Amino acid sequence: MGDYFVLAISCIFVNNILLAQFLGNCPFLGTSKKMETATGMAMAVVFVLVLAGIITWITDTYLLKPLDIEFLRTLSFILIIASLVQFVEMFLKKSIPALYAGLGIFLPLITTNCAVMGVCLININEEYTFMQSLVSSFTYAVGFGLALILFAGVRERTIIARVPKPLQDTSIGLVTAGMIALSFFAFKGMV
Amino acid sequence: MAQSMVKEFTKGLWAEIPPFRLVLGLCPVLAVTKSVENGIGMGIATTFVLVCSNLLVSLLRSVIPAKVRIAAYIIIIATFVTVVELVMQAYTYPLFLKLGIFIPLIVVNCIVLGRAEAFASKNSPVLSIADGLGMGIGFTLSLGALGAVRESLGNGTILGSPVFGPEFQPFTFMVEAPGAFVCLGLMLCLMNLIGKK
Repeated sequence: MGDYFVLAISCIFVNNILLAQFLGNCPFLGTSKKMETATGMAMAVVFVLVLAGIITWITDTYLLKPLDIEFLRTLSFILIIASLVQFVEMFLKKSIPALYAGLGIFLPLITTNCAVMGVCLININEEYTFMQSLVSSFTYAVGFGLALILFAGVRERTIIARVPKPLQDTSIGLVTAGMIALSFFAFKGMV
Repeated sequence: MAQSMVKEFTKGLWAEIPPFRLVLGLCPVLAVTKSVENGIGMGIATTFVLVCSNLLVSLLRSVIPAKVRIAAYIIIIATFVTVVELVMQAYTYPLFLKLGIFIPLIVVNCIVLGRAEAFASKNSPVLSIADGLGMGIGFTLSLGALGAVRESLGNGTILGSPVFGPEFQPFTFMVEAPGAFVCLGLMLCLMNLIGKK
C-alpha cells in the first residue's frame, strides 16, 4: 500500500506530467484561457487516460510481448487510443448525455494529446505491474488536471493585467507556466 | 511552379516558423532542448516524418475518404515514426536513449498531423514535399536555437565544448524544467519584437 502512495505522490507532484515531463503542452496552453474549458479538459483526460492505460498495458503484456512484435508498439498504441476516444465519445453521447455535453468537444482533441500516449509508454518502459500502471495512469491524469486548473486560474488574471505588447498571449503564458513549474520543482527529491 | 515551390519552402523558415509562429508541437520543443545535439537530432527525425507523411498523404489525397481521413493520416504517420525509431536504434543508439519516449511521440506531434490536414491533403506532391521540408527545417532551427541558449547558459557549453571560459558559473535553472518554459516564452517575445514594427 505504501508503495502505491509513494508512486501516487511522485506522479502527481514530483514527476508532474505537464510541468516536469513536458507531455501534453498543446492543450495546456490551448485550453487554459478559461476556467470552464480547463476543468472540462482535465476531466476528459482523467477519463480517457485511465482506460487507455489499462488497455495498452493488457495489449502489450498479452499480445505484443508473447508474439515478439514490440516494434509495432507505437502503431498499435495510437490506434488503440484513437479508437478508444471514438468509442468513449459514442458511448457517452448515447448513455450519459449530461456528461457528453460537458466533455464532448474535448474528447477528439485527446487523441493527439501526447500526455495519454506518453503515460502509456512510460508504464511499459518502467515495467510497471498491472496495479502500478493503473495507479500511475490515474495519478498522472490527476497531476495533469491539477496543473491545468492552477494554470487557468493564474492565466485568467494575466488577461486583465497590463502586459507589454510583445509579451502578450502565448509568450506571457509560457513565462507563467515556468513560474508554476518552479513551484512544483520544490517537490523534487521528496520521493 | 518553381516560384510557388520556393514560397512554400521559405514560409516554414520565418513567416510561419514552428513552434514560434504556429504554436504547435511544444512538448518535444521543451523536453529535448537541454542541449543543441538533442534538439537537432529531434528536429531531423521530425523533418523526415513530415516530408514522408506529407508526400504520401498528398499522393493518396483522392483515394482516402473524407470521413476516415484523420485515422488514415495517423496510420501513415505512425508507420514513418516506426521507421525512424528503428533506424535511430540501429545507427545512433546514444541519441536514441537520450530522446527516449519523445521519438514514438512524434506520432502525436501536432505539427505533423497539422500539415497533413492543412496542406498536404489539398496540394500536389511536389508542393507538399517543399512544405514539409520547409516546416521541418524551421522546426530544426528553432530547436537548435533554443538548445543553444539553454545549453550555453545552463551548462556553459555548446555541443559539449566550453564557450564562456573556466570562471563561468552555470545557470542551472536553464536546463531544468521551469527554465524551458521561461526561455521559450522570452524567445517568443523576442520574435514578436523583431517581427512587428
